Amino acid sequence: MNDIPGDLKFLSSHEWVRVEPDGSVTIGISDHAQDLLGDIVFVELPDIGQSIDAETDAAIVESVKAASDVYSPISGEVTEVNSILEDQPEIINSSPYEDGWFFKMAPSDLGEIEDLLSPEDYSEVCED
Amino acid sequence: MIQPKNTVLHSSHIDLGAKMVNFAQWEMPITYSSLMEEHHAVRKTAGIFDVSHMAVFDFNGGDQIGFFEKIFANDIKKIANENKALYGVLLNEDGGILDDLIIYHANNRFRLVSNCSTREQNFDWYKKHAVDFGVEVVERKDMGILAIQGPAAMKKILAMNEISPLVENLEPFGCMFAGEHLYARTGYTGEDGLELIVTNDVIVSLWEKALAKGCTPIGLGARDTLRLEAGLNLYGNDMTINNHPYESNLAWTIDMKDEARNFIGKNALLKVDREVSQKIIGVLLKDRGVLRPGYEIIHEQGKGIILSGTYSPTLEASIGLARVDQGHGDKGQVMIRNKALNIEFVSPRFLRQGKM
Repeated sequence: MNDIPGDLKFLSSHEWVRVEPDGSVTIGISDHAQDLLGDIVFVELPDIGQSIDAETDAAIVESVKAASDVYSPISGEVTEVNSILEDQPEIINSSPYEDGWFFKMAPSDLGEIEDLLSPEDYSEVCED
Repeated sequence: MIQPKNTVLHSSHIDLGAKMVNFAQWEMPITYSSLMEEHHAVRKTAGIFDVSHMAVFDFNGGDQIGFFEKIFANDIKKIANENKALYGVLLNEDGGILDDLIIYHANNRFRLVSNCSTREQNFDWYKKHAVDFGVEVVERKDMGILAIQGPAAMKKILAMNEISPLVENLEPFGCMFAGEHLYARTGYTGEDGLELIVTNDVIVSLWEKALAKGCTPIGLGARDTLRLEAGLNLYGNDMTINNHPYESNLAWTIDMKDEARNFIGKNALLKVDREVSQKIIGVLLKDRGVLRPGYEIIHEQGKGIILSGTYSPTLEASIGLARVDQGHGDKGQVMIRNKALNIEFVSPRFLRQGKM
């Protein structure tokens, strides 16, 4: 788990959030999560404009083996979704932290970020 | 917690970097590399599976034909004078499916392979009924099973000196003994290939030889997508003790031609009204999503439920097996997370359609 980018914060359920320079946030699932799921074949993304509370389900990701809910690490309103994933969900396997992002939000309280796991804390979760 | 059981290839799987899972109390590989790559390897070249968790039984003495005529819903006489394998089900008196299994006959010997989760139940059942026929039932814990499957499987097998070149002459479902080893042209993928039911002492070397010849190791994940594309039922999933064969797409395995033969479950099956009983059918999802077990189905004349569902790597769409009320047309709907999505009812043999 040495390849966790340092600018991310995590939920123990394997979602990451990145604060962008413009104050928006980007959300995706971790490398560990994509590895656990295996070949990803389907995603269901939230609607643009949808309000999502922290730690509630925001998207669905399905591999050949299983379906899994994706929780939003923080609260906010969805501003953009990575719709390329609908045709090419396998991008999540190959690039979970970059091209495989799920959606962007305007956060309602950036302070929520402080409650999330640092990369170091998250990597300990993965080792358990 | 019960300590999981290991096959003799356990450390070989770990060395290959397999992800291991607990499957019916056996620790088995689910994937080695990627499920998708393993699936395509079997469809395009050849893959090797460790299926040593399955149960192998041999039989000694007595009236073995009489014994199988009684416990097996298919008619053993079909293979009693041939070197062949016969698929069928074991029923209880109510016509409920206790298990599905394959009985092999070659060189005047029978051997039986059934599922791992039903091992103890079946062993007790065989012993209970074998007594009347003077047959001794032997569980071959000293044996394991390798399956080598795919369009190039026979070529790879014939390049292995350890296996008799005579296997080339086996017809589909044909089998032969070489000492205690049984080679059969059977499988669970819809592809050509062999199942090798051999003593544990040769398993590791056969496995390594097959890998050296270019067979890809295949985990239980791809085993499931491969069998579902081939439209083959999985016991415990698509049928249980609460289902009879007619509602499980297995009418073709019930043989009542010999009217004098009274197999266990026959009387119950004769009472089933096949005009109204449910049936298993193939389902193709027309909208985006993935079919999963338990999803509810609706069609013009009734309802149903998904039994097995997955993403088909070959068809690049989601497929499933469903048990539905009769009277459906070509189209229906499946409920996924409170949304009604469109499905098409098709033959369970998805693979054949994919190749059309």
